[in-house]
Amino acid sequence: MSEYILRVKDIVKSFVGVKALQGVSLDIKKGEVHCLAGENGSGKSTLIKIVSGVYEKDSGTIEIDGEIQSNLTPIKAIRSGVQVIYQDFSVFPNLTVYENIAFNSELMDNRILANKNRFRQIAQEAVEKINFNVDLDAIVGDLSVADKQLVAISRALINNAKLIIMDEPTTALTQNEVKALFKRINDLKDQGISILFVSHKLDEVFEISDRFTIFRNGQNVFTGPTSELDNESFSYFMTNRKFQETPYEGKPQDEEMLRVENLTSEGEFYNINFSLNKGEILGIAGLLGSGRTELALSLFGMNEPDKGKIYIKNNEVEFKDVADSIEHGLGYVPEDRLTEGLFLEQSIGLNIVAANLPNLSGTMDTIDGEATENEITTWIDNLSIKVADPKLPVQTLSGGNQQRVVLGKWLATKPDVLILNGPTVGVDIGSKHDIHTILKELAEEGLAIIIISDDIPELITLSSRILLMRDGQINEEINSAETSVAELTEKISLDIDQVV
Amino acid sequence: MLKNLVKKTEFYVALVILVIALLIHVRSGAFFQTNNILDILNASVVPGLFTVSTFMIILSGGMDISFPAIAALTSYVTVDVLNSINYEGSMVLIFVMAAVLGALCGLVNAFFIASLNLPPLIVTLGTQSVYRGLLQGALNAQQINMLPPAMGKFARASVYTAEDPVTGATSHLPAGFIIFVAVVILAYFILYRTMFGRGVYAIGGDLVSAERAGFNVLAIRYFLYIFSGIVAGITGIVRSSMNQMVHPTNLFGIEMTIIAGVILGGASLVGGKGSLLGALLGMFLLTMVQNSMLLLGIPGYWQTFFVGLVIILGISITSYRNLVAADKAKTLRDKSKEELVNE
Repeated sequence: MSEYILRVKDIVKSFVGVKALQGVSLDIKKGEVHCLAGENGSGKSTLIKIVSGVYEKDSGTIEIDGEIQSNLTPIKAIRSGVQVIYQDFSVFPNLTVYENIAFNSELMDNRILANKNRFRQIAQEAVEKINFNVDLDAIVGDLSVADKQLVAISRALINNAKLIIMDEPTTALTQNEVKALFKRINDLKDQGISILFVSHKLDEVFEISDRFTIFRNGQNVFTGPTSELDNESFSYFMTNRKFQETPYEGKPQDEEMLRVENLTSEGEFYNINFSLNKGEILGIAGLLGSGRTELALSLFGMNEPDKGKIYIKNNEVEFKDVADSIEHGLGYVPEDRLTEGLFLEQSIGLNIVAANLPNLSGTMDTIDGEATENEITTWIDNLSIKVADPKLPVQTLSGGNQQRVVLGKWLATKPDVLILNGPTVGVDIGSKHDIHTILKELAEEGLAIIIISDDIPELITLSSRILLMRDGQINEEINSAETSVAELTEKISLDIDQVV
Repeated sequence: MLKNLVKKTEFYVALVILVIALLIHVRSGAFFQTNNILDILNASVVPGLFTVSTFMIILSGGMDISFPAIAALTSYVTVDVLNSINYEGSMVLIFVMAAVLGALCGLVNAFFIASLNLPPLIVTLGTQSVYRGLLQGALNAQQINMLPPAMGKFARASVYTAEDPVTGATSHLPAGFIIFVAVVILAYFILYRTMFGRGVYAIGGDLVSAERAGFNVLAIRYFLYIFSGIVAGITGIVRSSMNQMVHPTNLFGIEMTIIAGVILGGASLVGGKGSLLGALLGMFLLTMVQNSMLLLGIPGYWQTFFVGLVIILGISITSYRNLVAADKAKTLRDKSKEELVNE
């Protein structure tokens, strides 16, 4: 018996002349949580697809549980114990939990007939393995994201999985859900199952992984125990760039841009008071459900408050809708850019000018083509968005570049106050650094910025003051210079610890 | 049990059918007479057959609007060829020939849709036009009134005959009804009792996930369009027999009514949702409304008006109920999240 569940050596893979993998290796021990990290395009997904039999390797060897696999197919990979949980979980939203769980193994067994009772039995066994409490008859589309993931994990476990590959498993989860997931991963580990965790989220991978492998441009740049890595070396291995995250040092100017007095929306937030000056970056921290997003939406005219007043430059205003608040100089970069921030199938260019079309219209309200082109070029340059052609759909871009497009869309409206909700979620380290730099520059030029984020280091570096929200109220105002990541994390997670 | 029942679209469609039936009965006094019931069942055979295959395709997230053209083309070619050799044999060969031709037409659809991954609506819009063009242009099709003798016998064969005690008029349940029932049973078995059929639901839910789970997506999609072609071929012959003629164009336009019936019965146009029973009820409702106009003495041209009204109303109700359901699911999710935070 081998000590390793998976040994991959010198794998080369090219796509039409482009070498995606240039001889990479990856060893995963039995019962370990291994993290495969790397930026977009580093070859992580390609390797996963080779190990799971979706792609054929050009050269190199794959050894699963001591056996050399020459012609790996998806079915063979599953039979030898390798299961992949994709980022989208690959579930059927229209079908029941028990069908979702049982289909794979039934197809593996080449079943012709469908038998509900057998499905149910298979599913019951699978959910029991991870103590997953769920109604087997529920329709998967009605479940929460975390539960959908658990359906996918249960499904992976039925075929005697020895290695479970999880592709960016935490992207759509809240902090509580991530904690719960990690607990389950540790349980699986105790059962001798290995986990390959594919991620580029720094703090999370450190917490859960025993060992690391880092890819860059299709090559190994690091393999070793987690203890040999720290934030700085991790970023360096990932990007080959050294990042110096400097705090925002610009001084807020004396001019007040936004003031909120006793703002209340029943059931969401109560008696919110704060003010924001020109050139200031204000942070808002708090758990999901603390009212932070609802507050942002109220400032952006999407959620009419019940009580309280909003002042823009000392004038009382009332936002009936988004158009109102745009007119008063507000911009909002939403939490989920994919569903709220972008027209995914539309071009990059159109996405950039989408919020600014009224200003680009000429006579008879027709769109001025030349002005639009100029506007698009300006923002692509200003935000250094990497595009082959602005006419391509925005969904062809990487997460970091997509986020820049959303940013560009709102900057194009020339706002006085910009509210960002999770500005660097799902964005790679390099882009994150660049987005931070852009925000600091904007603030220096006089933009007033509110950042809502789960990323504590991000809040501390960027903002001078942080409002800590809990149960719909501002619990505390914290001076960034006088706190630390550890202290603020603890303050926020007071609530989490009560849950788990 | 009752609680589960009122959640289902099928229940509402059945309820509407009952209400309309009662209304018609009160006005005409004739709805629940055996003759009328038989007439409606008789009228349901052709749309019913089309509904089965169309439902399966819509369920998989696909679309087929070429089936009336396939039915017209295959029944014309079959009858024309068999007439030219003075065919006097049994019905079996006639059905087999139409089914094989239909399968070929379906294969063409399947190739473009499943192998080349082109949008099904556009592909079948195109092939429909090609099949019609072949029929009317290349074959210069005219109405044929002389059918092989077996088709006449098939049309007269009756499963059940009823005579109106007052007028003495007879209505009968044709042999074609047996074919309809057989196709329904076959489709039901495939959809609900085989992994292949669960694959149709899976593809409609998420095509990529279906591939990853190990469903043979290509085979399933090929099957669906070929099956639709076969059903169209058989339906063309059933209809020609019942009408005692082959007409090159009078089926055209039926595709919209069929699709409307399927959607009315709760199927989702993007696939994955719906049941065979629902689709058949939807079709039955539309057929019944169309047929009963005559009983009420409403002129023929008002038929399309009322059918349109039923479609709009029905689909509004279905989408509204889906919206409410989605909303409810979201509230439930938010609530469970809140509980997690507040625990």
